[in-house]
Amino acid sequence: MRVLILQVLGRLRRDKIALAAFAVIALYVLAGLLSLFGVLAPGYATQTGEAYAPPSWAHPFGFDVLGRSVWDRLVQGSRVALIVGFFSTAIAIPVGAVLGLAAGYFRGWVDAFVVWLYSTLDAIPTILLLLALALVLPTGKGLATVCIALGVTSWVSTCRVVRGEAIRQKELDYVRAARSLGAGNARILFVHVLPNVLHLVMVQASLVFVYAIKSEVILSYLGVGVQNFPSWGVMIDDARLELVGRGVWWQFAAATTALFGLVLAFNVFNDALKDALDPKER
Amino acid sequence: MIRFLLRRLLHAASIVFGITLVIFTLFHWVGGNPVYRLLDKSATPEEVARLTHQLGLDQPLWKQYVDYVVDLLTFDFGRSWETKQRIGEMLADGIGPSLSLAIPAFLAGTVISLTVALIAALYRDRWPDRLLVTLSVAGMSLSVLAFIIAAQFVFAFRLGWFPISGWEPGLRGVPFLVLPVAIWVAASLGSSVRFYRAAFLEEMRKEYVITARAKGLAWPRIMGRHVLPNAMIPVLTHLVMELPMLFTGSLLLENFFGIPGLGNMSINAINASDLPVIKAMTFIGALLYIGANILGDILYAVVDPRVRAS
Repeated sequence: MRVLILQVLGRLRRDKIALAAFAVIALYVLAGLLSLFGVLAPGYATQTGEAYAPPSWAHPFGFDVLGRSVWDRLVQGSRVALIVGFFSTAIAIPVGAVLGLAAGYFRGWVDAFVVWLYSTLDAIPTILLLLALALVLPTGKGLATVCIALGVTSWVSTCRVVRGEAIRQKELDYVRAARSLGAGNARILFVHVLPNVLHLVMVQASLVFVYAIKSEVILSYLGVGVQNFPSWGVMIDDARLELVGRGVWWQFAAATTALFGLVLAFNVFNDALKDALDPKER
Repeated sequence: MIRFLLRRLLHAASIVFGITLVIFTLFHWVGGNPVYRLLDKSATPEEVARLTHQLGLDQPLWKQYVDYVVDLLTFDFGRSWETKQRIGEMLADGIGPSLSLAIPAFLAGTVISLTVALIAALYRDRWPDRLLVTLSVAGMSLSVLAFIIAAQFVFAFRLGWFPISGWEPGLRGVPFLVLPVAIWVAASLGSSVRFYRAAFLEEMRKEYVITARAKGLAWPRIMGRHVLPNAMIPVLTHLVMELPMLFTGSLLLENFFGIPGLGNMSINAINASDLPVIKAMTFIGALLYIGANILGDILYAVVDPRVRAS
């Protein structure tokens, strides 16, 4: 296992594009952390300039309808995006991995139930399910609800992938060897099989992260996402009317570009990760 | 084949059962008591009691669930809280506009992405391939909201090439649909191209292709006779999985371009918290997904004899 991780890291380190993508992600994380601790963009909610002041040398991102700095709002938005990405992934991946492992390893009625569960969840249109959940959850509209709703709806693909691999792995000799040495099911699953499907889980985690960030924007745009806090979706929603009405393009451009940069970096990194984990693809 | 189909249908039925359970639970829970929403504030307790009885809300929970399922089986979705229309009629009105956007977008998107993917695969690792893959990844990374807002602003508001929004039945509606269809195709192109390219390359790497090359077959014949037919299985999977997107994919587009379809109805219902409509849309969307899955299974079995046997 450790050998595999070292090999993957080694391959990633030689991949310049992957390194660049990783650097971009790191910058976003840094911006998010600094804004979380109030170092960066603490004045995002106060008026610091003229309403709709266009970009200038001193303020290259301009100001919004209330004279708030678009740059400050953008930085706070990265914090929202990363929180949503992180917590949705933190819910979806363990659920998907554990259910997938159990279904693939035990088969029988456990498998039937898990497949039924994810087929059902998968069949319901995601946006409508998310909306219904956002309305139903006791946390009310807001960041926590978005994370929970995205977390409990996006484990399906992970579960499907892990289940498929677990079905293959359980027939291999190392599982039989472990069993003949007296290892229990839990030990076989988590100590032996899990490390062998971990590479798939890692790729899935990266995919869920991107999916969560993109969905947050759409949910916030539809008004069931983040409330009273600058997220990129809220910014795009605000910007839509001012773009058409007044030709104010800078808030729209800023939020769109910030989102694009982060998602692009993740997509590129994800591809590199896939290549590094599966060298025969090269 | 018959046994295979029966098994798939049984599986589908179990999922429909699951969906009714999820929807009933979720909306029973969200809905609270709709009686107070439907009556105004001056309603007397007698009126409240009467409507509660009328809606069947004084029945035990299992009875309400059974009633719900019976209503669904007869395609009776009740009435919208907002417009008081029968939801069945609203659905019938909305399906035409939705399809007039979705079908051209689906067809154009499929043809264009397959062509682009084929070009990329043929030029594997040379500059046309690199360029197309880079563009695809960039396209995948751009939010669909960005596509819609930017294109609508530039091509409809600023340049005035297309009407900003609206819909008309028949051929007169074509000018209204060109821009949304183009946006749909552009927004979905990236991921489709990458998927199809990977599917083509996977086939082209196989040993029978080397054999065909070795015995002197020309590329057009190898591709046309061997690679493409074999690559149809993953392509088919992808296409079938996109079918339900015809329903939800157009949610935002219909709203932005004022097309009176099902997606637009869903968004209006969301904004008005019109739960019966959301509930009906959720169910219809899920049914379409299951239908597409069954269709996919049948197509596989037709295309690939191994599937029938398993």
